[in-house]
Amino acid sequence: MIAINKNKIKEMADNLSDSGTGRSLWKDARIRFMQNKAATVSLFILAAIVLFSFIGPYFAVWSYEKIDWNAMGSAARVGMPSIESGHFFGTDDLGRDLYSRVIQGTQISLMVGFLGATVAVFVGTLYGATSGYLGGKTDQIMMRIVDILMSIPYMFVLILLLVVFGRSIGMLFIGIGLLSWLDMSRIVRGQTLNLKNKEFIEAARVTGVSDFKIITRHIVPNLLGIVAVYATLLVPGIILAESFISFLGLGVQEPSTSWGALIKEGAGTIRYDTEWQLLFPLAFFVVSLFCFYFIGDGLRDALDPKDR
Amino acid sequence: MINYIVKRIGIAIPTLLVLIAVSFYLMHAAPGGPFTSERPLPPQVLANIEAKYGLDQPIWRQMFSYLWGVLTEFDFGPSYKYHDRSVNEIIAQGFPITLKYGFWSFIVAVGVGIPLGAIAAIRKNTWIDYLAVGVSIGAQVLPNFVMAPLLIIVFTLWLDWLPGGGWNGGSWQYLIMPVIALSTSYMASIARITRSSMLEVLNTNYIRTAKSKGLPTKIIFFRHVLKPSLLPVISYLGPAFVGLITGSVIIDMYFSTGGMGYFFVNSAFNRDYSVMMGITIVVGGLTILFSLIADLLYAWVDPKIRY
Repeated sequence: MIAINKNKIKEMADNLSDSGTGRSLWKDARIRFMQNKAATVSLFILAAIVLFSFIGPYFAVWSYEKIDWNAMGSAARVGMPSIESGHFFGTDDLGRDLYSRVIQGTQISLMVGFLGATVAVFVGTLYGATSGYLGGKTDQIMMRIVDILMSIPYMFVLILLLVVFGRSIGMLFIGIGLLSWLDMSRIVRGQTLNLKNKEFIEAARVTGVSDFKIITRHIVPNLLGIVAVYATLLVPGIILAESFISFLGLGVQEPSTSWGALIKEGAGTIRYDTEWQLLFPLAFFVVSLFCFYFIGDGLRDALDPKDR
Repeated sequence: MINYIVKRIGIAIPTLLVLIAVSFYLMHAAPGGPFTSERPLPPQVLANIEAKYGLDQPIWRQMFSYLWGVLTEFDFGPSYKYHDRSVNEIIAQGFPITLKYGFWSFIVAVGVGIPLGAIAAIRKNTWIDYLAVGVSIGAQVLPNFVMAPLLIIVFTLWLDWLPGGGWNGGSWQYLIMPVIALSTSYMASIARITRSSMLEVLNTNYIRTAKSKGLPTKIIFFRHVLKPSLLPVISYLGPAFVGLITGSVIIDMYFSTGGMGYFFVNSAFNRDYSVMMGITIVVGGLTILFSLIADLLYAWVDPKIRY
């Protein structure tokens, strides 16, 4: 008798947990993200590219800065992509191995993108959440500052910074990071304004939790969805900005390289029948950006409660 | 409305001042003055030159006289590298060129982007929609510094239809490729924004009501759909304008059009700070003016905004 009851209760409990009471926002979002084929495929391709940039060097025959004297100056005849010579993607005009250089460029561009986005997300989220939560005069002043910074043509100021303080990847980080958190802070502020009148925030305030703790413990975690969406869209933007700067020759310094610098070199020598110098870096660049945009779109659909 | 305009101008002016102050201090924070060269000048000569350009004054004084010159007479001072030319002359030479291809790029971006997005939204999930979305995503990952060399390869090297560079007074053959290269990615963004906002508007209740009371599709579209779905586009116009101006750096580099971007990059490599500063301020001023116009336009179109 008792045993049967136990079984029954267990069965009922199983049914209960199956019927989806335990489905959190994030699990829900994951399921919806997986249903978006373009986004899922993009995620795998992007993971493959990142993986390639880490294990690719173990297969390289040449280092990214070593010059193959056979190919130097005659890249069009000798430096084409081939397995035998060890230049899987061919060589650049100076006879350096393009396979290794593309890997290095991929590492640097992705690193700038991810680190820049991290800085922007961190600063933007805190700034926006603080501004929105405190409200009143503080909010007005903080948002006016964002307005002012936003209407400065930032690529020009970035170039000015790089010229004045010397070209270095560190300066590039600081410049891009400092200037790309503005949009983030606006979006986060808007969301915070919605959140701050909810009951659980009121409850926290009544029980005497400090403002700083409310912002970091209760407001920011509830913003993660929109922050995640926006961050994935921020990464390609920052990669584009870095490529733009490197393309002008003001970004990373030789012998280091990045996608922008490689595309510039490849585009400059295209008339000498060395189209692989443009096509390999361009392919990596375009495919990665595509992936980021698709993943961002997929995430937005998955996390946007409007679409349920 | 008047209140809003006054308030909005009240932001624009400090913005401009901050921009001028920041670029001025950046310039003076640079290690080495503008006349430091490999061969050191005799101290007396250096002192004379610095006195001529007013560099012996305290920095706040230099800044105020610069500011005064900029605000009252649009005088950006002399170039430190080209001794026979002032910054004003350099800007006067490059600016009309940038303005011309920038204007046409803007027209193309808006004139093609909005219809493309609208068609995609109305014919959602048909091949036209997929094509438009595909084109706009494709255009977004091909930024102007990739478009420019690709265009030159196709239209100059392979087909030999268009000249690969130069300006020639801005005749149309020389204008086409810069405009395409500059406008494509903004056209794509505008199309995407138009599509998504129009889809949102098409799903609202008042559109359903309009449909159910039997209004013809054309009237629904032009009277009820178009205006609200253009609001996000208007707020994108400010950033798009900044992008177009910034893109001129690439355009001038690639097509040798000789606009402001050319002088900016040149002065960046020559460390000709006064030219860089002058161009940054002019571009910044334009940007501020343009976002002011865009905001006022937005407030005028959107009945919900009443400040």
